[in-house]
Amino acid sequence: MEITFYISAAVAILSTMMVITRFNIIHALLYLVVSFLSLATVFFIIGAPFAAALEIIIYAGAIVVLIIFVIMMLNLKGDAIDQEREWLTPQVWVGPAILSFILFAELVYVLGSGNAGASGLPNQLVDSRAVGKSLYGPYILGVELSGMLLMAGIVGAYHLGRQKKKVIHRFLEQKQE
Amino acid sequence: MNEIQITGGLILAGTLFMLGLIGVLIRRNIIFMLVSVEIMLNASGLAFIVAGAKWAQPDGQVMFIFILTMAAAEVSVGLALILQIFHQLKTLDSDAANEMKG
Amino acid sequence: MNLLWLIPTLPFFGALVLVLFGSQLPKKMVPIIGAGSVGLSALVTFVVGADFISSSTTTYNFTAWQWLDVAGLSSAFAFHLDALSLIFIFVITFVGFLIHIYSSEFMEEDDGYARFFAYLNLFVCSMLILVLADNLVLMYLGWEGVGLCSYLLIGFWYGEEKNGYAARKAFIVTRVGDTAMAFGLFVLFQNFHTLNIQEITTKAPQLFAVGSEIPLIISLLLLGGAAGKSAQLPLQTWLPDAMAGPSPVSALIHAATMVTAGVYLIARTHAIFELAPVALMIVGIIGATTLLIAGFAALTQFDLKRVLAYSTISQIGYMFLALGVGAWSAAIFHFMIHAFFKALLFLAAGAVIMALHHEHDMFKMGGLKKKLPVIYWTFLIGASSLAALPLITGGFYSKDQILWLTLAGVNGNIWFFLAALLGAFVTSIYTFRMVYLTFFGQEKTHVHYTPGKLMNIPLIILAALSTLAGFIELPHDFFHLTIFSDFLKPVLPSVVVEEDFESIEYMVQMIAAGVSVSGVYVAYIFYVVKPELADELKSSAADLHQFWYSGWGFDRLYNFLFVRPFVFLASINKNDVVDRLYTGLVAIAEFFHRIFSFTQSGILRWYIMGIVIGGILLLTLGLIS
Repeated sequence: MEITFYISAAVAILSTMMVITRFNIIHALLYLVVSFLSLATVFFIIGAPFAAALEIIIYAGAIVVLIIFVIMMLNLKGDAIDQEREWLTPQVWVGPAILSFILFAELVYVLGSGNAGASGLPNQLVDSRAVGKSLYGPYILGVELSGMLLMAGIVGAYHLGRQKKKVIHRFLEQKQE
Repeated sequence: MNEIQITGGLILAGTLFMLGLIGVLIRRNIIFMLVSVEIMLNASGLAFIVAGAKWAQPDGQVMFIFILTMAAAEVSVGLALILQIFHQLKTLDSDAANEMKG
Repeated sequence: MNLLWLIPTLPFFGALVLVLFGSQLPKKMVPIIGAGSVGLSALVTFVVGADFISSSTTTYNFTAWQWLDVAGLSSAFAFHLDALSLIFIFVITFVGFLIHIYSSEFMEEDDGYARFFAYLNLFVCSMLILVLADNLVLMYLGWEGVGLCSYLLIGFWYGEEKNGYAARKAFIVTRVGDTAMAFGLFVLFQNFHTLNIQEITTKAPQLFAVGSEIPLIISLLLLGGAAGKSAQLPLQTWLPDAMAGPSPVSALIHAATMVTAGVYLIARTHAIFELAPVALMIVGIIGATTLLIAGFAALTQFDLKRVLAYSTISQIGYMFLALGVGAWSAAIFHFMIHAFFKALLFLAAGAVIMALHHEHDMFKMGGLKKKLPVIYWTFLIGASSLAALPLITGGFYSKDQILWLTLAGVNGNIWFFLAALLGAFVTSIYTFRMVYLTFFGQEKTHVHYTPGKLMNIPLIILAALSTLAGFIELPHDFFHLTIFSDFLKPVLPSVVVEEDFESIEYMVQMIAAGVSVSGVYVAYIFYVVKPELADELKSSAADLHQFWYSGWGFDRLYNFLFVRPFVFLASINKNDVVDRLYTGLVAIAEFFHRIFSFTQSGILRWYIMGIVIGGILLLTLGLIS
């Protein structure tokens, strides 16, 4: 099992790197699906099958599909890829990459110095029953709030995504004249 | 399966988080930025699950579910915003949306 | 006497109507309102004056309303009528009325016709408040009111820059004196706890002994105000420049009334001055010096009106001299006669200047005797009065009284007398120099306008007054008529004459008469018989001529002493030091604003970068500690 964890971890990392370096957004999304799937595998390995199922259904299914729909609605042309290539030059990504590596290094250092890192996982399965009991037990308030958040998301998405006849704000309109 | 160290899981989460962060920082395309944010959220979810697995408690997964919910809402609103930006600015360049420049 | 309140009120309403509706009124209505209000006021003055003289009372008080009542300073809007203020309001309203009538023709072609009468009415109102006020606060209101009107009227033709300068100069220079006077009022209030003039007059001898310090300080400060307003040394420089105003203004404000406000102030507060012999001495010295300096300056002027301006300074110098020797009623007598003949001279000069199409230079005039006979004769009468030609002119009696009292009065001395005598000599020279240059000789500028009867009638009335008014006060050895000084006796103490001088009074009169007649003769030689002699003298003493011409260089001195250093300081401090502090604050705020607004680039990735850097910093801090 250990080897399976490492393999899927490697796949997740590699596919994520591919996601952030692709010029074509559809390719990036395909890699993203791979990344999600491999993460789902990791979840499964460390004993969270319910989370793994949700990862596949919601992340790899719903969210990615949502993004693809939006891309279709935007009706991007082929020159969008050239545009991306133009934008992604080394001088753009070197600095942020270094900063992020510093952050990462510090994280690793923190993890390494902590005593928690020494122990292994107990490898005990936490099934959906336990999660459900916990959700509708001590976390019921969180669930309610999540419901409200989703409601707000629906209303917000509807409101923002609506194509009004006059989409330009009056300040912007003045500026265009 | 005691061999899998908690450190390994957390390092995986950190790596993915870092990659997502790099993505947010280097891409100008708003959709790529959104996707990178998803990666970061996912990575933090992974960290919660690893921590939950360490204590064999469901709380980690509960947190993952909350993150998931939040990510779903965020993606829906974010995509709606992207649609609006594209309709108004005719581009997906996040730098073009600098009307609030001081 | 109940009508007293009408006297200042009528011109005030005249001014109000002209200010509010002046531009809409038909042009004929403007002088009717302007001159009419002052005329009515003069009529009321006659009624009140007749009432006052026939009744046995010596004072009359009228309180309109309580003005201020703060911390023990209680000052009412109240008028006080006695012999002194009666003489002043008579001169102000009557001469003012004649000048208003004259102006209605003189200013007819001017665009600011209504504005002119509005200012003039306001001036008359302020001047009446000044002389009628029963407390010094109200008097100060009138004092500043006349200063304001003087400023407005000097700069009446504000289109020309130099008129504006002259107006500002007059305002600022008199302000120096007024500030001194304000301080004088503060000290006065501190010591007397009242500013009511009658109370001060009665309290002063009880509170202080003669020669004590407080009355000296107060009287010197008041003298500062008086010197500023009356154009005495060292604040006399504004008056010659004030001639930039229209001629009726010069006649009314800068000859007859306002400039004598200083004389009035000193006469009013004589109770304090009497307690300070040193201050009285200084008043006399100022008067004597001023009358000489201004007299010599007048000798060299080209501008007709400037000669008259310097002669005004000089004549007020005589009044100060009289005040200085304690000859109060003589000073007031000379004020009245001077108001008549100097107003007459200014009005006649204005008529000449108008007739010659705004020509001010006397050397370009000449031969006007035939062309403008009315003006010639009236001007001649005024000039004789100014030069104090013996027996027939009013000026002789008033000036002779001053001359006599400077010698014979207990406070007088021989030096004052000699200065006054020399002044009289110079006066008759420059006066007749003016007459000969303007009216005799060859015609140099063509007469293009002959004054109408509205201008002539005031001239004739004033000419009659400047002759006849002198006969109400005649010397001891010559009919001994003392109507005027008797009238003033309840208000102003009469002068004490040293007995051993009484026998030589006729000699003094003879000398004075001889001096003025010889002055006329000198002028006749220099400007009629041998005009080239005057030029020779001028070229042989060119420096002195230039020195006198510039008014003894006072303008240059003040320019050097005050104006230049002030301008220099102002130019150093152009960017106000205090201001710098605040602009510095603004600059700092702006600097940080720029820095922070640079961070508001509007680029999303920069913001995220900021978050990342902040996260790294926090994490590093956590690790280090």
